Amino acid sequence: MLKGFWKLTWVETKVFIREPMGLIGTLIIPVVLFVVLGRTLGLRKPTTAVAPPFNLAILAALFIAISAVLSLVAIISIYREGGILKRLRATPLSPVTILGSQVVLKLFFTTIGLGLLMLAGRKVFPGVMQVNVLSFTAAVLVSTASILSLGFVIASLVPTARFAQPIGGALLYPMIALSGVFFPVERLPAFWRVVAYGLPTTHAVALMKGVWDGSGWGAHLGDVAALFVIAAVCVALSTRVFRWE
Amino acid sequence: MSESISRFSAREGVSYSPMPPSPVISVHHLEKRYGKTLAVDDVSLEVYEGEIFGLIGPNGAGKTTTMECLQGLRRQDRGSLSVLGLDPHRDSTKLRQRIGVQHQEAHLQKRIKVWEAVDLWASLYSSSVDGDALLERLGLLPKRNAWFMTLSGGQKQRLFIALALIHEPEVVFLDELTTGLDPQARRTIWDLVKGIRERGTTVFLTTHLMEEAERLCDRVAIIEHGRLIELGTPEELVAKHCLERTVVFTSDGERLSERLGGVPGVRSTVSQGAMHTLTGEGDDFVTEVIAFVAREKLHVRGFRTEMPTLEDVFLKLTGRGIRD
Repeated sequence: MLKGFWKLTWVETKVFIREPMGLIGTLIIPVVLFVVLGRTLGLRKPTTAVAPPFNLAILAALFIAISAVLSLVAIISIYREGGILKRLRATPLSPVTILGSQVVLKLFFTTIGLGLLMLAGRKVFPGVMQVNVLSFTAAVLVSTASILSLGFVIASLVPTARFAQPIGGALLYPMIALSGVFFPVERLPAFWRVVAYGLPTTHAVALMKGVWDGSGWGAHLGDVAALFVIAAVCVALSTRVFRWE
Repeated sequence: MSESISRFSAREGVSYSPMPPSPVISVHHLEKRYGKTLAVDDVSLEVYEGEIFGLIGPNGAGKTTTMECLQGLRRQDRGSLSVLGLDPHRDSTKLRQRIGVQHQEAHLQKRIKVWEAVDLWASLYSSSVDGDALLERLGLLPKRNAWFMTLSGGQKQRLFIALALIHEPEVVFLDELTTGLDPQARRTIWDLVKGIRERGTTVFLTTHLMEEAERLCDRVAIIEHGRLIELGTPEELVAKHCLERTVVFTSDGERLSERLGGVPGVRSTVSQGAMHTLTGEGDDFVTEVIAFVAREKLHVRGFRTEMPTLEDVFLKLTGRGIRD
């Protein structure tokens, strides 16, 4: 059913683009956040590059990934509430195709958002974005895919579409604080450190940092493995708890 | 009532030759529970090729659950189901190529265009009809480029009919198709459903509107609290359960009200001024009233008979009205 898959993904892309709020949240807000915070924190001088309290580009990339996941949670719950998921399931489309097209769509817009971020960074803060673009993009996409799988579990938990955004946000945004983007995970109390290592965001930040500081994928195979294991667990869990209606 | 128990009644000028009945849908002792609630309780029925079959009953009676089991969207707890010779659960992939569905209170993506929805659905099936021709037939061509969210209730339902028909299915399931529509939109939809059947497609629908069932369905099954309580053509059910006839006529005959009790078969009479309402039982009752009027040489200014409807059948069988 690959034909149906691409057609569905294309229709979903068009539908997504027609919704101004979703587009702004996914593409514009992370870039604006990056530029505004960058100016505030004095990211202008190349010497200070990644030096401010934390790596802003990684924070912005994480933000892009999390907006994609929040958007997925919202769309799934709206589609479920409106009977759209049920109606699609009554066609020859397989359930994997229906949800898979949403994943592809989110990864696609994550790539575009990241591209905008890179462009804005190079334009506004020359000399700051000294990173292998392809490698960094790959790290962000692997991270996003892993967090998206968690999104399916969250989408199964939210009771109604109305609560999708608040619940999704309440669960996902605190993960940024624990992820190690602001301060090293090692400084967390023991309990929270264990929690942090169970979250995809922590390994996402470690991988992105590695790509940024040049230690590369080889030094972070453990984080890559963790992202895949978390994804596998979440996918397995969502096949059990996911609600179509 | 004649003894003929033809499965297909001739309605609205459409007639059927008595073909050997081959069930397109068969349900045997279907049972479905949600937790402790028994949603469908031992329902058995068969639907034959080319008929419009209606499952009628109040909201929450188990109509939708029965339908969704037949579509392979839910797994029954007990009983066996067959649609087009396939098991809806085991052969769901094969079955979905051959059935069309419309769900109750369904939506599409708010900002999907009408043509995009039709085009998407067409791509999901191994064969499909021309989308624009279908939209034309359903009167949706002018709305081809409109977003789903901008459509009226009737237009949305017609789009869902289009999506149910895009692959020329052999059976179409329609769940509460006209709920929430105004009478005019409802009539348009009824004509469309008759059109589906005229093209040879079997229609299985649910409704809680008795008028809808009476106008559209060749046969109906009445379901309440998950149990099937009666099944037959609307005429059969009315003839079986409601023999009551009411005649209302207007006449200024002298002391007429006292003589009305003499009409054979009369059960009750109510006279309000010149207007007289007589209730009686049996096919002959109306004839008896006419004979009485002729015998008495009455000058009658108005005369009408009220036949019982499916609604009366439902009321009699369940002890309550269907409207919620």
